[in-house]
Amino acid sequence: MEITALYYLVPSLIMFCCGLYGFLTRRNMIAMLISLELMLNGVDLNFVIFNRFLFPGQMEGMIFTLFGIALAAAETALAIAIIINIFRWVNNIDIRELNQMKF
Amino acid sequence: MSPVIPVIILALPLFMFIFLGLCGSKMKHPVAGFLGTLGLGVVMVLSYYTAFTYFFSGAPEFISAAGERLQCVMFDQTWLQFTDTLYISLGFFLDPISAMMLVVITTVSFMVHLYSLGYMRDHHGVYEIGFQRFYAFLSLFTFSMLGLVVATNIFQMYIFWELVGVSSYLLIGFYYRKPSAVSASKKAFIVTRFADLGFLIGILILSFYTGTFDFTLLTSAPVEGMSGVYHVDINTAEGILSTFTSHPAPVFMGASVLTWALVLIFMGGMGKSAMMPLHIWLPDAMEGPTPVSALIHAATMVVAGVYLVARLFPLFLMEESALVIVTVVGALTAFYAAVVACTQIDIKRVLAFSTISQIAFMMVALGVARPEHHESLGYMASMFHLFTHAMFKALLFLGAGALIHAIGSNDYTAMHGLRKHMPITHWTFLIGCLAIAGIIPFSGFFSKDEILSACGSYSTLVYIWMSLVAGLTAFYMFRLYYLIFWWKEHEIPAGHHAPHDQPWTMSLPLIILAAISCVAGFIPFGKLVSWNGEPYDFMAHFDWGVASVSLAVAVAAIALATVMYRKENALPAKFKNALPNLWKWAHLRFYWDELYMFITHKIIFNGVCRALAWFDRHIIDGTMDAFAAITHKASDVIKPMQSGQVQMYTWLYVIGALLLGGITILCLM
Repeated sequence: MEITALYYLVPSLIMFCCGLYGFLTRRNMIAMLISLELMLNGVDLNFVIFNRFLFPGQMEGMIFTLFGIALAAAETALAIAIIINIFRWVNNIDIRELNQMKF
Repeated sequence: MSPVIPVIILALPLFMFIFLGLCGSKMKHPVAGFLGTLGLGVVMVLSYYTAFTYFFSGAPEFISAAGERLQCVMFDQTWLQFTDTLYISLGFFLDPISAMMLVVITTVSFMVHLYSLGYMRDHHGVYEIGFQRFYAFLSLFTFSMLGLVVATNIFQMYIFWELVGVSSYLLIGFYYRKPSAVSASKKAFIVTRFADLGFLIGILILSFYTGTFDFTLLTSAPVEGMSGVYHVDINTAEGILSTFTSHPAPVFMGASVLTWALVLIFMGGMGKSAMMPLHIWLPDAMEGPTPVSALIHAATMVVAGVYLVARLFPLFLMEESALVIVTVVGALTAFYAAVVACTQIDIKRVLAFSTISQIAFMMVALGVARPEHHESLGYMASMFHLFTHAMFKALLFLGAGALIHAIGSNDYTAMHGLRKHMPITHWTFLIGCLAIAGIIPFSGFFSKDEILSACGSYSTLVYIWMSLVAGLTAFYMFRLYYLIFWWKEHEIPAGHHAPHDQPWTMSLPLIILAAISCVAGFIPFGKLVSWNGEPYDFMAHFDWGVASVSLAVAVAAIALATVMYRKENALPAKFKNALPNLWKWAHLRFYWDELYMFITHKIIFNGVCRALAWFDRHIIDGTMDAFAAITHKASDVIKPMQSGQVQMYTWLYVIGALLLGGITILCLM
């Protein structure tokens, strides 16, 4: 049995959809952040897969993934800082309560 | 001659305007006035030099071997290129009439600059508010007027034409705290602007059919339809007007396009030169300071219309009907203005109407000029009269300014018997009156006589009509003279000193202009200025019969004025009572202003403007308001979508992305 790209793509898709579902439904901002990371990882996986199957001799996809991981780390730090600040100000990190920024 | 001098002639007044306009208020009053006068003095000397070189140097670019005076473009800078042949350039054009105008403008302007040093301050020597601004505007005017007369193409002329209009507006409204001055300046601006609309359309028609703005090309057209074919042989550029001479010539509404173009251009000239029915702004323009009236509204700007017709004279010759219109308008205006001038009380108004009448004389002279009658004597006569009139009318206005300055009123009833108090003003004013009345040997006699000869060779009716107007001219000028300087003096109220002559800055211009008015008639003008550049001796065309008749008419009119106004008597009242309606109509200027007010206020404002205002308020504003209201309502509807719920935004985004992706895939399949 040959392992084709599909075998990798399906889990990556599942990961992404799980992340999306979590992002849309969870109320806790930390949980939303985790879901976001899940989506990001699904996307990173796609880069690696396509690089491996379409351009086997090249490294661009891999490098891009490394960048993606680095960015994700930075972004997580930023997001956590924001969340902590919000918690300090309003004592709450429920996204549905945080709706002051509207018309 | 190097082109540096022409550039300086144009650039120096412009520089003085900018300099005095920006830095004037930082300077002391006399410094600003002195700088302005000095700058203009330099321009005057350079202009004299230019004119002298043009007329007398005999250089090959100015005069041909056959003794014909040539048109010479000193420099020409392309400014806006439309097509290969159609472009607007700014340049310096020398020909007999522009060289003459350089002398006239700079002389009168210098006199006015000098005179204003004395005039624009009160009896205690305190300068008027805005003294520096006044000099800045005078410089602007001089620059614009010089640019107008030396224009190389009709569009440059139009640009400077508008600039003189602006300077005139600024100077009429110089006393902007006075409501009458403000409304007079607006009136002058609007009336002339209305006329300039015709001018612009005329220029566009002309340039559309000829493909050029250039005067050299436009006036070098073969003149057909006259006895024989005359060439204004200035340049080899022939046939640029073949559109007009070819058969069939383009026709619009029963008249050829050339007629339309010329009549519309003449309309611009009518506005600027205050020909009937566009004359109504000039009497009101007397609200400005008197030196301004002398410079702009007597000597230079108002003759721009005459200059324009003279400049395009070869074109007018191609279309006789346009010249007839010029004649008729001129003749009617001359008579009208002369009649009105007999009944005015304000001395500046009398002079204003006299100016209108004299400019109409020049127009008539151009209108009756034909190459077959004494080689277009009328053209030369018109330019000659322009020259002499500028000098003696500036003199009269400056004299009137001296009187107003001394008395503090424009009204002759406040003057009377001033000849003992103000001898210099009296004698110079008398010379001006004699010149305008046409008494030998003063300058007006010669130029007016040439005009009457030209009229006589064209048509007897025009000759008799214009002689009548000449008689009226002598009558109303001497009426004014006697009313100001004779009659019984007013008692001087206790505590006031008697009116007296003015300081030398005001007297000197009067004396110089009076001297010019005495001798200018002997200038052999025909040798210098003629329609096609060929010098001729006008004494050969001098008609002693015409001269003696016009002299007799003038003397008779002066005699009549002497009988009626030499001393206070019952005769004028008798005349007035014998023809009460005529007097009243003339005194109220034949209700022209009322007619204009009626047309504008009653008909245009009520009929047209109200409908337009309604349309503006309801249709245009309504449409815009409706747009605003729709936007407002729509925003109320969609506003709740911005709920602040981040997850809702994400939902919408995901749905939108899926939809777009689906559409893309569908399209690709």
